[in-house]
Amino acid sequence: MNLEELRKLREKGQREMMQRSDTSKYRIVVGMGTSGIAAGAREVLKAFIDEINTRGIKDVIVMQTGEKGFSSREPVVEVFEEGSEPVLYGNIDPEKAKRIVEEHIGKGNIIKDYQIIVGK
Amino acid sequence: MATVPKLDVLICGGASCISNHSHDIKDKIFEELKKNGIEDEVRVIETGCMGPCELGPVMLVYPDKVFYQRLKPSDIETIVSDHFVKGRPVEEKVLVSETTRAIIEKGQQDTDFFKKQTKVVLSNCGRIDPENIEEYISENGYAALGSVLTSSTPDEVVETIKKSGLRGRGGGGFPTGRKWEFVKNTTNDQKYVVCNADEGDPGAFMDRSVLEGDPHCIIEGMSIAAYTVGANKGYVYIRAEYPLAIKRLEHAIEEAREYGFLGENIFETDFSFDLEIRIGAGAFVCGEETALIASIEGERGNPRPRPPFPAISGLWGKPTLLNNVETYANIRHIILKGWEWYASIGTETSKGTKVFALSGKIKNTGLIEVPMGTTLRELIFDIGGGVPDGKKFKAVQLGGPSGGCVPEEYLDTPIDYETLIELGAMMGSGGVIVMDEDTCMVNTARFFLDFTKSESCGKCVPCRVGLVQLHALLDKIVKGNGELEDLDKLEKLCYSVKKTSLCGLGQTAPNPVLSTLRYFKDEYLEHIQDHRCRAKVCTNLVTYTIVEDACRSCGICAKNCPVDCISGEKGVPYVINQDICISCGTCYDVCPFDAITTES
Repeated sequence: MNLEELRKLREKGQREMMQRSDTSKYRIVVGMGTSGIAAGAREVLKAFIDEINTRGIKDVIVMQTGEKGFSSREPVVEVFEEGSEPVLYGNIDPEKAKRIVEEHIGKGNIIKDYQIIVGK
Repeated sequence: MATVPKLDVLICGGASCISNHSHDIKDKIFEELKKNGIEDEVRVIETGCMGPCELGPVMLVYPDKVFYQRLKPSDIETIVSDHFVKGRPVEEKVLVSETTRAIIEKGQQDTDFFKKQTKVVLSNCGRIDPENIEEYISENGYAALGSVLTSSTPDEVVETIKKSGLRGRGGGGFPTGRKWEFVKNTTNDQKYVVCNADEGDPGAFMDRSVLEGDPHCIIEGMSIAAYTVGANKGYVYIRAEYPLAIKRLEHAIEEAREYGFLGENIFETDFSFDLEIRIGAGAFVCGEETALIASIEGERGNPRPRPPFPAISGLWGKPTLLNNVETYANIRHIILKGWEWYASIGTETSKGTKVFALSGKIKNTGLIEVPMGTTLRELIFDIGGGVPDGKKFKAVQLGGPSGGCVPEEYLDTPIDYETLIELGAMMGSGGVIVMDEDTCMVNTARFFLDFTKSESCGKCVPCRVGLVQLHALLDKIVKGNGELEDLDKLEKLCYSVKKTSLCGLGQTAPNPVLSTLRYFKDEYLEHIQDHRCRAKVCTNLVTYTIVEDACRSCGICAKNCPVDCISGEKGVPYVINQDICISCGTCYDVCPFDAITTES
């Protein structure tokens, strides 16, 4: 064991334990109300976790929450970024979830096509 | 590839939660996960003590940080189907704020129990899997050892520890850096480092919890110490009564060897170090350093006079560094965050934090960590939640059988080594036993003397004979036969035992008597002059009477009375014959209708 090997082990472990961290840059919250689940929110949540694992992304927490009140647009997903307004996405499916990870989490680009704009 | 689960479910595997069947809960969770087909999405981890033992068994679910309390296996089906599958926490089992009724997330710090604590030593406890070295590494584990071995000289480490102001957490409070320096500066071809994990005080479970919850931090602390003083071999002396701590530490040592943190050429340097566990057989005196060393050597656990101190001549006559569990647990944090950070916490003379085990008549029994300088009142009333059942606080006992009782008027004293000594108590290892108005202080002193007199090794006369005599005097008072002059005798004898005993056991054993004499002399006087025990604990001073109206003539009291002094018949209330009654209290305990009253 040398310092470099220890650093690698630490980084791998920190990623594995990132659901337990107190702070993270991104927080993805999937609405898991009855209508959300009926519309496939469980598969969406799974797709987020799988995609994050495949890409080895750090600094993101994936959470589930109850009904968000947008039954017609389920599954609904909200992405929180430190220091920014939360972004609300509607009608998400596993494929769209993968794109959100790639574009929004990976590159910081909000995907306008999926976004729900709440009236001002 | 590292994988992140949907949920991290942390189940408390501290001894208290395990006793409350947390393993059954864990089994049930696995069963339910399978039933719902989500066993791949949820990672279940057994951690060390999370702290709020009173609420056990407890479980913490990440990333939501939802804290479940008082779990039963029958709760699990709903928790898995509603929360784990659908993301809806089961509110009736979740810790809820008493004031706002909001769900308390761990870290949200809504309650005083969490808010007033500062976790340094316990930072990993209840957060990581103590049986998985990689989780420890993720929390910067072994980074302090790596940095010390590759970029610091032993002198620099000594300097850092000295400047941090860390003092021995075993109770005495000797400056740790100076102790390390003594051992480092003693020349010898063989030196040892030893960890004292012989936590023997009644009501103390701090060291056990650290070993159970974060065993690697002890290995790392000892390795850094070994490098600094020039030792290549270490021993952890741990009591046989701590089987779980032993098991987790054994496992951790094996893992550390496997990953190359113990053994030859650690971090590709010339430094080699290995550790072994030595199991103590439960003698209290073996917590004293020279007795502990004798016990590791395979001798009878008897203390010997100092000097020579272990730093000069310890284990097998070689220079030996001996520190307590909590002391070693602090080391890696000081190295990683710097001595300036550590020295900024605490009071003028006592730096850093201290772990306390709260027990006795207190609402939130459990394991807590606060900065030095926190007041006893904050400890007992804010974090501990105060005395339950509307009873009045009477005293707090600190430092175990070597410590003393502090009354209400001194509760605003900030805790540090010096202030506690001034109050006639001591830091000890950190056991905090709260007593309410139903506690008799004379009887409490007798209880501790009963303990120390049995645990005296018998080597020196003052301790062997003196403690028996002290106990006899207290027994006499408790039984209502005390005379006024006994108080002087007690006090005198206390001071001679303190002054003339060979080791710390005898030197501190009279403290519970002295502190109760100092703060609760009126209770002693009441026992002697009025034959009265206000707490109604000392049975010889209590009269038992049956309340006619409440008595249902069941006859259970008469059946259980050992001297047959209770008579009566069906339909007529029973009566105690006070001439024969020996005030044993049996009738009071067995009466199903609470029809027996006590008077003193």
